[in-house]
Amino acid sequence: MSLYGSKKFEVINKSVPRIDGEDKVTGRAIYAADIVIPRMLYSGVLRSGRAHARVVKIDTSKAKAIRGVHAVVTADDMPKPDAWSGYAYLTNHIRHAGDCVAMVAAESRELVDDALDAIEVEYEDLPVMSSVEQAFAEGAPKIHDENDQADNRYMPSCFKLRKGNVEDGFAEADVVLEREYSTQHQEHGYIEPEAAVAVQNPADGQMTVYASAQNPFFTRRYVADIIQAPMNEVRIFQQNIGGSFGGKEESIGLVAARAAYLCKVTKRPVKMVFTREELMMESVKRHPYTLKCKIGIKKDGTITALQNDIYVDAGAYNNQAQYVNWKACAHSSGAYSIPNVKTDITGVYTNNIMGGAFRGFGNPQVLFALEQLIEEAAEAIGMEPLDVRRRNCVEDGKTNGVGQVLEHVILKEIIDYSAEKTDYVKKHEAYKHQTGIKRKGIGMVSMMRGCGTGCETPDASGAMITVMEDGSILINSGLAENGQGLKTAYAQIAAEALSVPYESIRFFGTDTHSIPDSGMTVASRGTTMGAQSMRKAGLELREILLENAAEIMGVEKDAVDLKNGIFFLKADPSVTRTMKDICGISIWSGHQMGHYSWYKPPKDLYSDHATGQGKVWPQYAYGVIIAEVEVDTETGYVDVKKLTCSHDLGTVINPALAVGQICGGALQGMGYGTTEDIKYDKKGVMKTINFDKYIIPTAMDIPEFDVNLFECDTDQGTFGAKSIGEPSLDGIAAAIANAVYNATGKRVRHNPCSMEQVLLGKELD
Amino acid sequence: MELVKVHMTVNGEPVELDVKPYARLLDVLREDLALTGTKEGCGVGECGACTVLVDGENVNSCLVLASSMEGKSIVTVEGISSDESLHPIQQAFLDHHALQCGFCTPGLVMSVKALLDKDPAPSREAIKTAISGNLCRCTGYQQVIEAAEDAARAMRGEE
Repeated sequence: MSLYGSKKFEVINKSVPRIDGEDKVTGRAIYAADIVIPRMLYSGVLRSGRAHARVVKIDTSKAKAIRGVHAVVTADDMPKPDAWSGYAYLTNHIRHAGDCVAMVAAESRELVDDALDAIEVEYEDLPVMSSVEQAFAEGAPKIHDENDQADNRYMPSCFKLRKGNVEDGFAEADVVLEREYSTQHQEHGYIEPEAAVAVQNPADGQMTVYASAQNPFFTRRYVADIIQAPMNEVRIFQQNIGGSFGGKEESIGLVAARAAYLCKVTKRPVKMVFTREELMMESVKRHPYTLKCKIGIKKDGTITALQNDIYVDAGAYNNQAQYVNWKACAHSSGAYSIPNVKTDITGVYTNNIMGGAFRGFGNPQVLFALEQLIEEAAEAIGMEPLDVRRRNCVEDGKTNGVGQVLEHVILKEIIDYSAEKTDYVKKHEAYKHQTGIKRKGIGMVSMMRGCGTGCETPDASGAMITVMEDGSILINSGLAENGQGLKTAYAQIAAEALSVPYESIRFFGTDTHSIPDSGMTVASRGTTMGAQSMRKAGLELREILLENAAEIMGVEKDAVDLKNGIFFLKADPSVTRTMKDICGISIWSGHQMGHYSWYKPPKDLYSDHATGQGKVWPQYAYGVIIAEVEVDTETGYVDVKKLTCSHDLGTVINPALAVGQICGGALQGMGYGTTEDIKYDKKGVMKTINFDKYIIPTAMDIPEFDVNLFECDTDQGTFGAKSIGEPSLDGIAAAIANAVYNATGKRVRHNPCSMEQVLLGKELD
Repeated sequence: MELVKVHMTVNGEPVELDVKPYARLLDVLREDLALTGTKEGCGVGECGACTVLVDGENVNSCLVLASSMEGKSIVTVEGISSDESLHPIQQAFLDHHALQCGFCTPGLVMSVKALLDKDPAPSREAIKTAISGNLCRCTGYQQVIEAAEDAARAMRGEE
């Protein structure tokens, strides 16, 4: 059995309290919107409210004339800045309804509103392409003039996976099925709207921005760009961040940059805070996918071939479709070892909100299709889906979709454990024969996910540890706390590596002037890969501290050891020195008391661009989700009663944090699978712009969670840790859809399993 | 614009303020009184991040005009603990890891307090109902509910 509990560590693998917990429960924790600086101005932006248009004329004279209004800026005022991925701080070509045409800074929020109201804009409306079908057509109006494709395709987001030969595979199959599935936009739903406060030092020109940034170093790019300053003059101080899930990347870059620009031109500190409506309109969403799938299966349950043609609504700017699609493509045959796989994925510009990074990053969409397709194929040959999963799932020595030979695979064990614990087989059969209004259903998903960024970008990072003369310790990292508990996990990892008490370590927020960029805090890489540098720095600093202690204690280095913050002689453990003893003498005496270390990922990873084949991730996290639902067949309401979430975490760094990630991710996945959907009006303008219309789960909606933490032997990952942030969400919607089918006999092939979809098989406007 | 004079008690201290007639209680707490533990998440009373107690009832301070608070007693998250010790609800949130990003946490703590002040031994369903106006996107609420149960036990003097 690989359930959590058999590994032995001093500090990790235990539920220590959160390092930032007390600040947060008392309300003392400061978030960017809480910051007030003397003489600070407020600011805001003017949105067109049109999905596709050009600005013909814009008159800001009345706004500028208002007393107390200090700046009114349009796109024409700042021709040089060019935000990442073609994004516009301000634009005269409106590509989606959240695009901004002007911004203002003023003495009060009321004056900001007055100024925005006083700006007069004349627009020329352009044809709105609110679906992939409309935009992906030869000769369709161009959403980006510079795009060299005639059909709004964004070529860097197009990828292929080629394994074996699918034609041969389909020829071998007894049954070949073709199905189409589709998924919707999902909003991250972090409770804290984007906020930034910019302040410039009048003497040296240094621009400091306090921001709710998921990736402060990425935010720095935007700020340096908009004020056209070198990066060493831009300092981003990450504040406590009120949730992100992939969302506070581009949107906070825009907010921080706009505030910085207004700060520069007004020579006053400037605060910019999004309203909920604004963030809904301008922050990225989970990309909608349309997946045309074909599967070949033999009567004995062997899957012989899988083909996916995937079309992706990238939205108005091609924000991360190139990364999301690559990852989706690489995971497109899920946790199965299928000999012949062919996947093509294509991202297309539309006039909808941009897709972007969101916990799961392509996997929830792929699993929604694949995990239903597997069940449809199983049904077609009259086999229990569990048996098809077991027969085809990845195992030691087998290859996944990218052709990587796998090791340390515990998926089958997790499948069997979860099925037995839920009595899955018996329930799955019994529920097929229900009558009555309310019907129960059970649905399964098995899955795997590459840990970290893999071949997408090198998964390197740096970390710094400083020991003070009183023995207290400060750690710092280029990766950032997002609420997930990174500071706590990193403090545990540093304590484990150094052999010091967890309580002796502090980790304050990320300041871009304090440490080099370590890449983004994304891809569930923080613990498994990002913390590798923290472990390395800890182990290396431990050796340095032992040298210091040996010199001070007058013995050879080999004679001293360190445990739980106490140095002692190996030959006579009663001879001890505390960390404070050693560090108090070490200070100002030439001894090294801090260390920065850089971790480089394994060099043998590769991915062939033409086929997607290679050794793509250092390791994979495996998991099984079992959803149990009750469907009201008169209303279509799906009540999710229980989610059994079984995950392979490699090594659990902090079980309580892990359970929190898993329950939170599962509930976010449940929202994705049941109620969450971005809707537009007939003109392509988003309608679901606050929590009254965009419905996320409340405490009343929660199912019973049964979380099962598995560990395995692996020589990869920080102390053997794998990813959990994204696996927690990936398979939930698919498991719910399978459970709904089990209850009702109706396949919901368009996510989510909303009342309309379940009852009518379509969405109502 | 004519300001409105309002007298209220905030975290036990008498407060006299001149407020704009349209100022929300949330704005006055955060900006005039620098009590930034109370958060704004949606501005329409859906997320509960701005939950405070007004005469013992939990309310969304984004939906309440400050000028209507004459004579009322308001308690915010800053008002339930001292520098030296946490309120049992806060301690239970800490012990149960009932927080992640922490942005919704003050609101959740205040909704749990409103419940436990009235019902020292609530059922799990009563806890869910009491916090159903507080959206949390990180935790899945599971550890929050466990924390509320534990806080109730602690406040009843049980271990």
